[in-house]
Amino acid sequence: MDKLVEVKGLKKSFLIQKGLGAKRYLQAVNDISFTIRRGETFSLVGESGCGKSTTGRLVNRLLTPDSGEIWFEGKDITKLSERAMRPLRKHMQMVFQDPYASLNPRMKVKDLVAEPLIIHTKLSARERDMMAAKLLEEVGLGSQHAERYVHEFSGGQRQRIGIARALSVKPKLIIADEPVSALDVSIQSQVINLLQDLQEEHGLAYLFISHDLSVVEHISDRIGVMYLGSLVETADKDTLYERPLHPYSQALLSAVPVPDPNVKRERIILSGDLPSPVNPPSGCRFHTRCPSCMEICKQRVPEFREVEPGHYVACHLYDEGAQAGGKS
Amino acid sequence: MKDQPVAGGTQAVASVQTVAPTGFKQRFGAFMRKFLRQKTAVAAAVIILLLFVIAIIGPLITPYNPSKPDYDALMEGPSVKHLMGTDEYGRDILSRLIYGSRLSLSVSLSAVMIAAVLGTALGLLAGYYGGWLDRLIMRGSDVLFSFPDLLLAIGIVAILGPGLINVVIAVAVFGTPSFARIIRSVTLSAKENLFVEAARSMGATNARIIWRHIFPETVPAIIVNISMRIGGAILAASSLSFLGMGASPSNPDWGAMLSMGRDYLSIAPHIVYFPGLVIFLTVLAFNIFGDGLRDALDPKMKS
Repeated sequence: MDKLVEVKGLKKSFLIQKGLGAKRYLQAVNDISFTIRRGETFSLVGESGCGKSTTGRLVNRLLTPDSGEIWFEGKDITKLSERAMRPLRKHMQMVFQDPYASLNPRMKVKDLVAEPLIIHTKLSARERDMMAAKLLEEVGLGSQHAERYVHEFSGGQRQRIGIARALSVKPKLIIADEPVSALDVSIQSQVINLLQDLQEEHGLAYLFISHDLSVVEHISDRIGVMYLGSLVETADKDTLYERPLHPYSQALLSAVPVPDPNVKRERIILSGDLPSPVNPPSGCRFHTRCPSCMEICKQRVPEFREVEPGHYVACHLYDEGAQAGGKS
Repeated sequence: MKDQPVAGGTQAVASVQTVAPTGFKQRFGAFMRKFLRQKTAVAAAVIILLLFVIAIIGPLITPYNPSKPDYDALMEGPSVKHLMGTDEYGRDILSRLIYGSRLSLSVSLSAVMIAAVLGTALGLLAGYYGGWLDRLIMRGSDVLFSFPDLLLAIGIVAILGPGLINVVIAVAVFGTPSFARIIRSVTLSAKENLFVEAARSMGATNARIIWRHIFPETVPAIIVNISMRIGGAILAASSLSFLGMGASPSNPDWGAMLSMGRDYLSIAPHIVYFPGLVIFLTVLAFNIFGDGLRDALDPKMKS
């Protein structure tokens, strides 16, 4: 499978304090690299504030990275102007976390769903209405909903409208920024199943951003674990869930509830708080909370290395020649 | 008994959620409820409506030709024959006021509309794009703001020459910055909406985002400001006419009528009283109506 999106060494920081004294920057995304192949689901997981959403917005260039490269379909889009970027956005639509705020309350459902068509196609109003009706049915709503306004719908229905909108221009990539975390658990699974059905049918690739590991396990092909703006581990879903290598991934996965009271598991409880991304720790960013922290971790940033085919990890425990300290 | 307040509490929360007005019908319904509760504003709205009706059907209800002199009835006081008396040429003041309502309303309305269109466009551009464009537009507004309204209008008319069209231009020019400022601030908050970012992620152009997603958010503010500015525009237009810079004295303009009657204030005060009273009532009605609209459209006001 060829690469749809390739991200190399992406960095983004936000200016949070201007004026008197030194400028202070929040390092939202710090040197991350990953690829998304055609038709696969690549998930980014991590705590809130770890830079997942920023990464999503960098990929479709709603934000401009400070450094690094973003390639889409073999084209470098890192430095494209807003104007040059617009036609490309047809191929990379977005689904937002908040289905209440991301749909304009003053527009009818059919106009919301057809908006990307107005932007990217020359279809007539009639053809757009027909497309909208078809799309609504495809996402499990009825064409009778087309004339209504969003406030008449529940959260799950609204998210379906948002998905129909993203789907309307047949994109190659959908960036789904926490698409189900605002929904009830029962609705979550419906929407996830819908996303999977649509992926199969249209050959979509998803950049799926979530903090919910059970949701991610269900939908992903490959997963990237983020901590404080950096990618600490990337692997196939099965590999990651069976053999997480990075201590942070191990801790994160040990926190996933298992629906079986007889299963006894060792939960890894991390000590300390999440350090501030304004003032990140030296060396490995995780060293302040890492159960297997070594001296080198405080000084040197670990390299993001491929330790086995398709399995990348940024941890000194897996350095060549280094003695295996903690768990392996 | 103990459970009741709790149950009531949850009910209240539920009802707050269900009435969140998002659709047009709900918004309009909530707006009407709030507006109708303000008795003075409703009265003002009735007066304004009446004024517009009079202006439109004016020629049908005027008892006399407003510009036909009657030299047998010069400066007569109010009587059954002439309800508001006659002026120094024996013209019927009531008829002249009715005709004048067309002039005053059309001059002030067109001036405010021009100001609204210009100011909204500038405010949207300044608020959406920010940067040097924002600074340019806002400093320009500040320059216009620094002049007292009427002085600026007099200056503009002095440059362009007297005449009703130039009065419209002058009043429009000093009305524009207030629209620009208000719409800019609404735009600044409206562009933070997630659906604006969503539109950008879809690939929408800036023009489309401004027109389809931000402009609708500014409409209530525009309507309120229009209604608030009309009173001032009537006053300004009348003042310019009074100063001889607007309507020519032969026109039945309210300000011009005041100006003409001024010479006879001691012997025939009614020539001044009635136009003055009409200007006063009209401006008051528009201002109260504008306040009422603002209160009814302000989402922070409790329903």
